[in-house]
Amino acid sequence: MKRLFHRAAFAALLALVGFSPATAQTPPNVLVVGQIAEPKSLDPHAVTATNDFRILVNLYDGLVRYKDGTLEVEPALAENWTISDDGKTYTFKLRQGVTFHDGSEFNAEAVKFNFDRMLKEDHPFHDTGPFPLSFNFSAVEAVNVIDDSTVEFKLNEPFAPFLSNLAYPTGLIVSPAAVEQHGKDFGRHPSGTGPFRFAEWKSNQLVAAERNDAYWDGAPALEAVVFRPITDANTRIAEMMAGGIDIMVEVPPDNLASFRSDANLNVVEQAGPHVWFAILNTKEGPFADKLVRQAANFAVNKETLVNDVLQGTATVAAGPIPPAFNWVESSVEPYPHDPERAKQLLAEAGVENPKITFYVTEGGSGMLNPVTMGAAIQADLQAVGFDVAIETYEWNTFLGRVNEGLEGKADMAEMAWMTNDPDTVPYLTLRTDASPENGGFNSGYYSNPEVDELLAKARTSTDQAERAKLYAKVQEIVHEDAPWLFVANWVQNAVTTAAVQGFKLQPSFLLHLKDVTK
Amino acid sequence: MPAYAAKRLLSVFPVLFGLSVIVFLVMSMIPGDPATAILGAYATPENVERINRDLGLDKPLVQQYVIWIGNVLQGDFGRSFALNRPVLDEVLERFQATLVLAGVSLVLCAVIGLLAGVVSAVRQFGWADKVITFVVLAGISMPSFWLGLILILLFAVKWRLLPASGMYAIYGGGDFKDLLLHLILPATTLAVVAAGVIARLTRAAMLEVLRQDFVRTARAKGLPERQVIYRHAFRAAVVSVIPVIGIQAGFVLGGAVYIETVFQWPGIGAMLVNAISTRDILLVQGGVLVVAASYVLFNLAADMLQTMLDPRIRS
Repeated sequence: MKRLFHRAAFAALLALVGFSPATAQTPPNVLVVGQIAEPKSLDPHAVTATNDFRILVNLYDGLVRYKDGTLEVEPALAENWTISDDGKTYTFKLRQGVTFHDGSEFNAEAVKFNFDRMLKEDHPFHDTGPFPLSFNFSAVEAVNVIDDSTVEFKLNEPFAPFLSNLAYPTGLIVSPAAVEQHGKDFGRHPSGTGPFRFAEWKSNQLVAAERNDAYWDGAPALEAVVFRPITDANTRIAEMMAGGIDIMVEVPPDNLASFRSDANLNVVEQAGPHVWFAILNTKEGPFADKLVRQAANFAVNKETLVNDVLQGTATVAAGPIPPAFNWVESSVEPYPHDPERAKQLLAEAGVENPKITFYVTEGGSGMLNPVTMGAAIQADLQAVGFDVAIETYEWNTFLGRVNEGLEGKADMAEMAWMTNDPDTVPYLTLRTDASPENGGFNSGYYSNPEVDELLAKARTSTDQAERAKLYAKVQEIVHEDAPWLFVANWVQNAVTTAAVQGFKLQPSFLLHLKDVTK
Repeated sequence: MPAYAAKRLLSVFPVLFGLSVIVFLVMSMIPGDPATAILGAYATPENVERINRDLGLDKPLVQQYVIWIGNVLQGDFGRSFALNRPVLDEVLERFQATLVLAGVSLVLCAVIGLLAGVVSAVRQFGWADKVITFVVLAGISMPSFWLGLILILLFAVKWRLLPASGMYAIYGGGDFKDLLLHLILPATTLAVVAAGVIARLTRAAMLEVLRQDFVRTARAKGLPERQVIYRHAFRAAVVSVIPVIGIQAGFVLGGAVYIETVFQWPGIGAMLVNAISTRDILLVQGGVLVVAASYVLFNLAADMLQTMLDPRIRS
């Protein structure tokens, strides 16, 4: 018996030693990116998650794109464009000689196909959807082919965010020939014009893309990029430390410090157009009174939230418009942490220990660390006299409850948004007409006619300087009215091995890998 | 026996049918819906309605179910809402991965469990018994996802002996050795708890058998001790352990849900977790049916094996 025991132990040892170690090495000139989840689809019109967008911008181009390091628009597949005086007609001159990865030609017909597929229910390939974000282009009335390299968009009203929406992944251009060939399975057989061409998708293992040598904007140096979904954050960190991936996005705040102190790794950070807030119910209950809403904003110690809970992966928010839109010249400062002032405001409002129901979610897109944040906010509010009861919901359930409006259910609810234009968030969440019964996201029923008017004006103006002033005004008024508890603007991060060069995060949250070397 | 097997096999179908009704009801009862999951923060009533129309979710529940079951009978399991891909493709691809992982860990836990059980029974109260009992207790009490992470930290991060996650190397892998390397950590993690249960039961069964008359007779005949234990005692004891191994198959399949997430194993457990959180009803249906069917089959196989080994049951 003893002998048997020894033999088994020895065999196990042999098995371990016999295998060559250091299997976790990424191949040379191939960049392996650790993603937070498997993509849903590689059809840019069919997806909504930043996680998927990070892959897509490397496979496809749009007519326009965000200029490096900014949220400003520059030419991509369109060489230039003109906007009619009434702001309702956009004419794009297309780049010539560009082909899709499948060999078919990029031209005006292809552009028309892309938008008709998304927007027209009678289009023969509309059933390859659904296209959840197609409403980004709901202002588009018609797309007309003028000639092979000229295409015209007719809008039903002037719509300032149009170009920015075109630069967003929903505006990426797919190969009509590939859609025709693969139909509903196009999302698994993508074909675009981007710097990398799709090579392989192994379910829940990897998405691989190879260098497009014929890329119109210069071929990338990398031979290939591989996106690996690693859902569990701890495993993702372990893979980064074991050398199984070259880049990891969305590093949990708690691990950032140890990565920073590691000489073999580089931490990269970039503020983006993200805002984390708590919707306050302005229709009923204590928060119907502006003084009480302001009291809440004074009561919560946002500095502690961003520095301790989020470990410096966010900055304090001042209003609904994130500072990443740096062309909006706002001088509004965040509410300082001032519990005395909060108590004073509560006294002024004549309320004592107001009872608050606070909806908290367990996690969700852009929600950072919602449970801990919720608890910290609760503690700060209690400290000045609020009586806060937290109700926690799973993300999907949470969205259902919050999006139909807080009336009769709750006084405040956590929420976060990421956008590409300063119009989107206030337009969808702070307008009088954006109430839940009208199909909007104004779940706290905030209403200020002046804000409504400013937003309407800003979205139809095509003069950037004028828009900048209008949004600055919106920021100022909303800050004062305090329909939300303004909390944080996320600073996205990533960590790379020291060998990775030329890697940058973009304010758009997109991940361009064309100029990366390794 | 073939008749018995056929009867047991046929009984799988009502079980699966009942299960599909329950899954359908539960999935439609829990709050949230696929359209909200797809749209996320953009889930306005208008957008939700548009997506529901595109997905055919605007029809009454009973009609949805009838359409689904009708299609299933024709071999069409529908398309996943979230992945926009045929359910069957996804489920089969992912189930293969789970089968490899669960199969290997089942063999592993059976071998380790039986061996440890026999050793500790034969050396009752000896040092081997004490060590094994301690290890078994520790194995059963440890949360498997925690053990998985610890193994990753030691073998992948600290010593760099084994890959931390995944099923194959990104490049240049794909062969059997590559698979084996990737299997060691998850399969071990998954096997530990089940092995503990099997070890304890084997020990108890062996102790009981060793006290019986036929063992004494065998020893009295002068047979070598090893032959007494493995030829005679073990064969009698293993009969009562085999059904438990069958039940552990279910446990291993269930445990795969955590382990696959921790090790990013591309199996059906991780797929189901995702499908439930995105309310991907058809994918959940497909996944649950495959898992349930395989559980029933595992147990059937265990029963058959027991019948074969134990003449008393055969008659």
